[in-house]
Amino acid sequence: MIPAPFDYARAESAEHALALLTEHGDDAKLLAGGHSLLPLMKLRLATPSVLIDVGRLTDLSYVRDAGDYIAIGALTRHRDLETSEVLQAEAPLVAHVAGQVGDPQVRHRGTIGGSIAHADPASDLPAAVLALGGSMVVTGQNGEREIPSSEFYLGFLESALEPGELLTEIRVPKHGGAGWSFQKFNRRAQDWAIVGVAAVKANGSSGVALINMGSTPIFASGVVEAMQAGASASEAAERAPEGTDPQTDIHATPEFREHLARVLVRRALEEIG
Amino acid sequence: MTVNGAERESEVEPRTLLAYYLRETLGLTGTNIGCDTSSCGACTVLVDGESVKSCTMLAAQADGASVTTIEGLSNGDGMAPMQQAFHECHGLQCGFCTPGMVLAAVSFLDEHPQPSEEDVRMGLEGNLCRCTGYQNIVKAVLACAGNGAKP
Amino acid sequence: MTATEAPPEAATRSRVFGTRVLRKEDPALLSGEARYTDDLAIPGALHMAVVRSPYAHARITAIDLAGALAMPGVVAAFTGTDLLDDWAQPMPMAWPVTDDLKNPPHYPLTPDIARFSGDGVAVVVAESMELARDALEAVVVDYEPLDPVVTVEDGVTDRVLVHDDAGTNKAYTWELKIGEDAVEQAFATAAHTVKERFVQQRLVPMAMEPRASAAIPQPVGGEVTLYSATQIPHILKIFTALTLGIPEHHVRVIAPSVGGGFGSKLEVYQEELLCVALARRLGKPVRWVEERSENAHATIQGRAQIQDVELAADENGKLLAVRVNLTADMGAYLMLITPGIPLLGAFLYAGVYDLPQAYSFTCTGVFTNLTPTDAYRGAGRPEATYAIERAMDRLAQTMGIDPVELRRRNFVKADQFPYTAFSGLVYDSADHEATLATALELAGYDGLRAEQASRRDSGSTRHLGIGVSTYFEMCGLAPSRVLASLNYSAGGWEAATVRILPTNKVQVVTGCSPHGQGHVTSWSMIAADRLGVDPDDVDVLHSDTALSPAGLDTYGSRSLAVGGIAVYQALDRVIDKAKTIAAHMMECAEADLDFENGTFSVRGSPDRELPLAAVAFAAFTAHDLPDGVEPSLEASSVYDPPNFSWPNGCHICVVEVDEETGAVDVLKYVAVDDCGNRLNPMIVEGQVHGGVVQGLAQALYEEAVYDEHGNLTTATLADYLVPAAPDVPSITTGATVTPSPTNPLGVKGIGEAGAIGSTPAVINAIVDALSPLGVTDVEMPASPLRVWSTIQAAQTAATGGAR
Repeated sequence: MIPAPFDYARAESAEHALALLTEHGDDAKLLAGGHSLLPLMKLRLATPSVLIDVGRLTDLSYVRDAGDYIAIGALTRHRDLETSEVLQAEAPLVAHVAGQVGDPQVRHRGTIGGSIAHADPASDLPAAVLALGGSMVVTGQNGEREIPSSEFYLGFLESALEPGELLTEIRVPKHGGAGWSFQKFNRRAQDWAIVGVAAVKANGSSGVALINMGSTPIFASGVVEAMQAGASASEAAERAPEGTDPQTDIHATPEFREHLARVLVRRALEEIG
Repeated sequence: MTVNGAERESEVEPRTLLAYYLRETLGLTGTNIGCDTSSCGACTVLVDGESVKSCTMLAAQADGASVTTIEGLSNGDGMAPMQQAFHECHGLQCGFCTPGMVLAAVSFLDEHPQPSEEDVRMGLEGNLCRCTGYQNIVKAVLACAGNGAKP
Repeated sequence: MTATEAPPEAATRSRVFGTRVLRKEDPALLSGEARYTDDLAIPGALHMAVVRSPYAHARITAIDLAGALAMPGVVAAFTGTDLLDDWAQPMPMAWPVTDDLKNPPHYPLTPDIARFSGDGVAVVVAESMELARDALEAVVVDYEPLDPVVTVEDGVTDRVLVHDDAGTNKAYTWELKIGEDAVEQAFATAAHTVKERFVQQRLVPMAMEPRASAAIPQPVGGEVTLYSATQIPHILKIFTALTLGIPEHHVRVIAPSVGGGFGSKLEVYQEELLCVALARRLGKPVRWVEERSENAHATIQGRAQIQDVELAADENGKLLAVRVNLTADMGAYLMLITPGIPLLGAFLYAGVYDLPQAYSFTCTGVFTNLTPTDAYRGAGRPEATYAIERAMDRLAQTMGIDPVELRRRNFVKADQFPYTAFSGLVYDSADHEATLATALELAGYDGLRAEQASRRDSGSTRHLGIGVSTYFEMCGLAPSRVLASLNYSAGGWEAATVRILPTNKVQVVTGCSPHGQGHVTSWSMIAADRLGVDPDDVDVLHSDTALSPAGLDTYGSRSLAVGGIAVYQALDRVIDKAKTIAAHMMECAEADLDFENGTFSVRGSPDRELPLAAVAFAAFTAHDLPDGVEPSLEASSVYDPPNFSWPNGCHICVVEVDEETGAVDVLKYVAVDDCGNRLNPMIVEGQVHGGVVQGLAQALYEEAVYDEHGNLTTATLADYLVPAAPDVPSITTGATVTPSPTNPLGVKGIGEAGAIGSTPAVINAIVDALSPLGVTDVEMPASPLRVWSTIQAAQTAATGGAR
């Protein structure tokens, strides 16, 4: 399978990428690692007329301790997240989840920014960032803005990124001392989660996010509310389906997904203890 | 880009995927194409020493990179240790998945020099084989790791 | 590991038979030097792409090729109607199983009605693969969608006809009834009966190499060479000639390296014939390579049967009668051997058990608007084994006895072989007790049952299940006379030639056509043993109808047990000829000569020796040959087996089922197979490993899912779940060896065995795990959703619906 023809432009800097985005408008797509976009283009489910390759913006590949939070450059590859000592110490959930994305080849090319901007509800990292209460830093012609993860995912493959904006950084609170758990339920190791749960529990704040339970990654507010009220793991987990809208596919019915969400949330909370 | 140690420069259509560039422009047909969805891993090559699926990368994205295909894995005489291990452990039958599997295994051992059997299986999750049931592939990778030689 | 090593090979007194010779095929495959069809450099080749129907059933009302033809680089485009005159006859079908079989003619491109999603309706030919695929989008086809037949249950009602001219969707009904009164009597009076319905889901073979073909014409002479990713170059040559009306001697077919087949390349395909037709029309090479989603739609699929199975047994569980009713999904058209596939299992629904003459088998083949079905690893025999082995477990469950014990009570005993079965077929050899005992020991069966009991006592929601299956496979296809009795259009022989070159190097020419099985290594081993040369001094020529003109190719676990014996016999003959020449050279009687380790010696005079090399050279120079002996050292053989080969085995699968999520984790897998003498145990085990995982994948992962419109929803390897390394268990292999008495090497086939034993072992394990919850069956594939839903349904039933 080969993509339909398109024009290719390589961005030499973030500013250049923004200029190219402005120049080409809606017909253009950003290409980072390409592991979300190229498969769609090969099946000709996506046919952008221009690809703007941001893969060379190596200054957007970093993991930095920014004091209150960890700053992750949007073009940091999954493999680099997985092996980052800073993440392992200060944001271990992100390092762990990055190591569960796709397969090693995908992790060698795919980037956190590409994954988050694609806003796939079945994707692992968007939910992890949501559970942690992280935020996305985006840059446009009018400068930079920071969008809380709770406001970032708007719909199926739809984010708060405006046309002409570039996701440059992901910020996650430090949670080195917190309990966390990641539960990914799938049939083959390389597959997307049928249902997944990212959960973190720290003093005073907890977060639980669900993968593939609706059109976006979903923050399980009911569960968190129950946890804060002192509910047991299994009591809190009963509230996992609240606010979800799970779909039917060859792997699961909505009923089964809701059931899995309860089981996996309970297991996550039990693991955290 | 550098392919198997040699400088290669070509003008390509933007949509040219690395796998097709290697096969059609450079005639390196050891890189096989088995699917449309980045699932099977038959097209795996090393880009700057790391395994990637060359069907999910534009040739243009590999501009300036160092690419190793199965044809270039062994420097000179005979087979590289991973190829030798696949041979000795009967880690291949029809051979179609083999170039990608071998290169995925090389990259994996590079990152995990002392793997368990479970590590090896997880490390090869992105490569499908329809002949071997993976038994002897896993055995070959463990044998290669046990040799301690650079894969 | 190997529990029981092969006894010394009497027939060969060998140095290499039974040893783990590393494969000669490997270096080319491991270095990327091997050439698959799409790797071939073919100067000036044009590229073909096929316009396929997106509808499962639709009338083609108009096709506009103008847009495609106007695109740069597009050379030609044709509709099915345009090409009708290119075909001397319709697509071939070689197994008319009944005299009144409905086989509506069909052509490489359908001219009027698309009958499955993926049916070819037009082709474009362009200067590059990219341009050809771009041009597909410019072909405008007007379809009038028709109501599709998506299930066999719908098909048998004839509500909608897939082929109007046939007047029915029932292609045939085939029966094997032995002792009808005995069957009726048994079911009327038996102490125990079970009646089960099993569904063999549709599977996509998914050989890792997609199909590819390239036809190179010689416009002046009319000859054509067809390169193709096929298992059957010889059969393809004949049908290419017949379908296109080309004299057979003008067609040469070459199968280069082929990346797996599993039956899916045991076919004469539309695209192969199209490449040849277009190459001849355009006077240029025309090539084609399949995309994976195209493969999922347009390459044949496997299984797809509904099985209604009944067993009658006495109070001890001894089988009295078996009754089977199959409904087999043919798909939209009958391909090469589509109707015969379910019948390959017709004789096996009594498994390894000693059944009296009380057997009733009926199979109805039904057309649907889905991809045609045909041979897929095991072809009819995995389905049969699954049905009997699942039914035996159900019988054991009903009787409340250990499934192992029930099997023991019914085994054909070792001293009964050769055993004439209820069907009249003769099972050559086996020792089921020994095979079972080996498997039980390797699995630690008693310990597992103890652990299961303690887990059950503890109330764990992680249920342990132990599944056993035993099987007999009827393979080594096949005695030609038996095939004749089944209306099969060809024989089952295989051909070989052995040529000792002047420098004592050896060429073996085989009619088998390997695509991963390692025949080059195996045939070299046979020749090396017999001739006393090194396996590296033997080359094996194959898969090119010009080099190997006679052959019936590779499928049905036939290669060693049929093709290997042809090699063995050709070696006999070449040695006989060498002996005549050697006796002449040594001035002794032929009868006084021994031949061992590559040397002729005179019995009783150990100092009088002559190496084969000297004979080979003398046969080449021909300066002093005995009267009546022709120069050169070469001999051929065509071997028609007197019987099928009957490999058998016992597989044990241990699973843990998570009651909460329905997830199944395979903890242990033991396969003990008996394929007679093992020429190369390494290759045997490799075949078992691959087969086990394919069968396990049917049980747990794979299914071609169609929606109500007949659209395939699992057309990529992201949706169609071929498992990867972390998704399957490590496999413990063992072996018992009961040499086959029907061939001089004592060998049996092993290519399909793994896929036959494993599927029922896995499902038996899952049902065993969940039986305390009231579960009696789980449909395949046993996905978490299915397992979980099955548990819910069983518990709802157990509590009368109140939960």
